[in-house]
Amino acid sequence: MTNKTVLFDKHVEAGAKIVDFGGWDMPINYGSQIEEHNAVRQDAGVFDVSHMTVVDITGDDCQAYLQKLLANDVARLKEDGKALYSGMLKEDGGVIDDLIVYRMAGWYRVVVNCSTREKDLAWMVKQAEGFSVEVTERPEFAMVAVQGPNAREKVAEILGGEQAELVRGLKIFQGKESGDWFIARTGYTGEDGLEIVLPNEAAPAFWQQLLDAGVAACGLGARDTLRLEAGMNLYGSDMDESISPLAAGMGWTIAWEPEDRDFLGRQALEAQKAAGDLPKLVGLVLETRGVLRGHQKVVAEDGSEGEITSGTFSPTLGYSIALARVPKSTGDTAHVEIRGKLHAVKVVRPPFVRNGERVYK
Amino acid sequence: MSEIRPELKYLVSHEWLRVESDGTAFVGISDHAQEAMGDLVFVETPEVGSTVTAGEEAGVVESVKAASDIYAPVSGEVVAINEELEETPEAVNNDPYGDGWMFQIKLSDPAELESLELLSAEDYVAKVEEEDQ
Repeated sequence: MTNKTVLFDKHVEAGAKIVDFGGWDMPINYGSQIEEHNAVRQDAGVFDVSHMTVVDITGDDCQAYLQKLLANDVARLKEDGKALYSGMLKEDGGVIDDLIVYRMAGWYRVVVNCSTREKDLAWMVKQAEGFSVEVTERPEFAMVAVQGPNAREKVAEILGGEQAELVRGLKIFQGKESGDWFIARTGYTGEDGLEIVLPNEAAPAFWQQLLDAGVAACGLGARDTLRLEAGMNLYGSDMDESISPLAAGMGWTIAWEPEDRDFLGRQALEAQKAAGDLPKLVGLVLETRGVLRGHQKVVAEDGSEGEITSGTFSPTLGYSIALARVPKSTGDTAHVEIRGKLHAVKVVRPPFVRNGERVYK
Repeated sequence: MSEIRPELKYLVSHEWLRVESDGTAFVGISDHAQEAMGDLVFVETPEVGSTVTAGEEAGVVESVKAASDIYAPVSGEVVAINEELEETPEAVNNDPYGDGWMFQIKLSDPAELESLELLSAEDYVAKVEEEDQ
């Protein structure tokens, strides 16, 4: 039995091709994934991300609890509405999930992945022991991501009034409540845009207003090519419970200071960091024909081997890009085995594309 | 529902074959196949002058989603390839039975057409519907 978001009928109406994604019937595309991708890079597109799990953390100890639960430090959020990306780690450092946490007025909102929902909630509840906190899932909310250079302005025009001012005034990685809506300037595409949490019953009409305003309906296919161009990890592909954030390009999300903050996984990470022998997550670029795909073998110049974790054709660049976990010694070039043949690739630092432009060197 | 052309022969692996009166045949992939693959980004055809064998790999198509082998429906020499696809692979998505043709084979053994397991349009429809169950 699969779940359906409140926008399911809208997707079918728009001719979406529906696939099972983590137990949810979701649109993979509405015709052309590349056209949807380009709409987000050049104008504006909207994604139904209601399958993602919204969890509110309330209670007197909510900050202390999240400082223990997350590798990044919510104390870095200096004002209400600010957002932070973090890994949620096991004691051995493996990544249970990656998430966004927003500081609200005296509480926090966390958005986690859909395919990890049950284990995440179980873990969060288990770790709440000893803290005065409530962990509350909010299934009554839908969530849409409106992304692209014209996304914010189009949303502002649709909403009008005070909400329009709110949307125009948001800083990057900032979110604000407006009645029972929550509007944040975050996303998973490498473009400017918004992620909007809104009541289920309001979502279909808002979705329709976006389409009527010329915002392109975009499926999970375009979401994947956009996030990969933006060099953003996908849980389950680029990292999972067997992978340290240090081997997943997530080192920047670990708040080592203050030293006495004893977050889950800290001891394991400190030992890994001291040993310094973990592989690294890098970007690969294949400028000739062919497409890099997950699980293809990467061969470094010294013969040591790694593996592509996510690969795709980049519609913006016109050739293939990938994220790969490779030995620490890997230099600026490597080879990838595609159908038995080795192809030369450049090894680069992600992201590949930001705000519509190539950014890697 | 995807389009199926009654005048063509099909393979279970979703290639189509259009036999011409001059002893050659054109090969492409079905509308159903292009729809299932999503946007095509590269088409690798066999080289002109090379020989292909019925049922064996002759090329590869890469879509945003995956790579798929293209099998030769009949044996023979490749006499032409659709060079346009190098620049515009999306022609296979937009017009799989026309501008999206991939290569042309000069049949080495026309009797193969009778002996091989080529599907009629009707049988192909039945096969696709069975897959969609």
